[in-house]
Amino acid sequence: MTGRDLVPIAIFAAVAALLPLFVTAGTWLNFAVFTLIICLAAQGWNILGGYGGQYSFGHAAFFGTAAYATAILQVRFGVSPYLGFGIGIAAAAAVGWVIGALSFRSGLRGSYFALVTLAFAEVFRVLANATEITGGAAGILIKLDVRPENFQFESRATFYWVALALVVVALVVTRALERSRLGAQLVAVRENENAARALGVDALSVKLSAIALSAAITGASGALYAQYFLYLDSTIAYGTWISVEALLAPIIGGAGTVFGPVFGGIVLHSLSEFTKTLVGRIPGLDLVIFGVLLILVVRFPPRDLPSLIRHWRGRR
Amino acid sequence: MPSYPPEIVAEAVLNGLLTGAVYGLVALGLTLVYGVLHIINFAHGALLTMAMYAAFVAWQVFGLDPYVAILPLVPLFFVLGYAVQRLVIMPASRGEDSNILLVTLGLSIVIENVMLAIFRSDTLSVQVPYAMEVVELGPMLLGFPRVVGFGVAFLVALVLFVLLTMTDTGRAIRAVAKERTGAALVGIDVKHVYAVTFGIGTACLAVAACLLLPFFYVNPRVGNAFVLVAFTIVVLGGMGSVPGALLGGLFIGVVESLSGLYLGDSLGQIGIFIIFILVLLFRPTGLFGAKA
Repeated sequence: MTGRDLVPIAIFAAVAALLPLFVTAGTWLNFAVFTLIICLAAQGWNILGGYGGQYSFGHAAFFGTAAYATAILQVRFGVSPYLGFGIGIAAAAAVGWVIGALSFRSGLRGSYFALVTLAFAEVFRVLANATEITGGAAGILIKLDVRPENFQFESRATFYWVALALVVVALVVTRALERSRLGAQLVAVRENENAARALGVDALSVKLSAIALSAAITGASGALYAQYFLYLDSTIAYGTWISVEALLAPIIGGAGTVFGPVFGGIVLHSLSEFTKTLVGRIPGLDLVIFGVLLILVVRFPPRDLPSLIRHWRGRR
Repeated sequence: MPSYPPEIVAEAVLNGLLTGAVYGLVALGLTLVYGVLHIINFAHGALLTMAMYAAFVAWQVFGLDPYVAILPLVPLFFVLGYAVQRLVIMPASRGEDSNILLVTLGLSIVIENVMLAIFRSDTLSVQVPYAMEVVELGPMLLGFPRVVGFGVAFLVALVLFVLLTMTDTGRAIRAVAKERTGAALVGIDVKHVYAVTFGIGTACLAVAACLLLPFFYVNPRVGNAFVLVAFTIVVLGGMGSVPGALLGGLFIGVVESLSGLYLGDSLGQIGIFIIFILVLLFRPTGLFGAKA
């Protein structure tokens, strides 16, 4: 990785960091923080799905594990939220590694991998709903005590910058991966696993590294979610909604590209806010639009929003 | 773990078998589509939700008993499935596994949320006079709607069997499933057969929806509860195997009923998911022999 690789990321970071200086309304900052949390989860998915070609339908397993770990360590054991944050990310990575080891060793790929990840996330959801330490069906509440050492901030802008910093770190990590040996091997496995193995790539260990890294980044998103909203239950933490969000943004923004997930996440959520102001709050309408966009994007190769737009402009 | 007298356990097993037959019917559509088109239809659960709403509307607006509603809904959903395959899935998939996965996921998101926008998230159910009636079998009481569901599910399987083995359409479907290129060479319109198969799979869902409604509820997410169950059954029975889907359905129905009895409602669902994961990991070809 050279300095030039980082220029676009630096420009993005600088522009995005200025936002709270112009936008001060709480609801808008709220929207921006939420969008960044989704972007972060999507960046995690992009490592495994975009670069590795292994489509997970169960990234909620990682999001929820880190979210619950952070919350439970604080609430039940009085651990510092910053330490909890780190442990949460490590726990997510470990869960990712285990799920990966089980499913990749059994040779699951394509739809089967998608299904098994979905089932793992559901198992976690049912368990979280039925055990006591997670607060069961009532959920778990992190006590509101606004102090920086509690990872709780007076202004939403501070939280925005924290979230942005994490997104930028994930961008740098993704760029570094792209330029690394592991990244090249991962793309080789995506394009043709058998050929990659024939050339001496240890496909299993490459995929395991990818799923652990992927889970760690999505885990960071989950821990951040817990810290920002201060409440979790099993359908938030392990629900299919976050698995779907984590996958939609990169697919629509451009899977296997550094900025794809962030671009997709911002487009999707701006679109959803825009329709809300246009036609009012109809439940589910934003997701209808997301689903239609997903179908359209897949319909016209090479399968992301920029090329879909190019396709339409080319026809005119 | 609590212990129960044998009558209670036997009753749970029987009720599980009855519900399992309807699960089997849901899985039948999924496995048929897999066996012929070699695609995993992720929208299967959402299409079931849609069929259940259709049956609900038929009851509420037109006063049709859910069992009577089977008659108009089956052709309706056949046409719907045909159109979805022909107009949405086929053009978008271009033969790629991951595209089909994403398109059918997109479809399920759209269907589920259109239902949410129209019907909101309320849980609805129909009131039919026979909902609470029971059939006595020795000391055991079996819910009447479940007994009907069991019978009709097997009837549908029989009809499907006859259709697949004794008609020209069925022969064409089986030819395409076995050897697509060869089928195309002898003049079978493969795209048409694909769409017909998808239509039949969706029509199975219409029947299942009408059978479920008298003893179940409907909300926009109800299909999600079935989709993993159906996938479990299909994987268990061997992808693409029709008898496997029915046997798998019965088995999963019993597992669900027993784990609900012993583990309670909230933890009870876990049995199915764990079976699903274990089968995928260790026996992806299914328990009842492999066709896939």
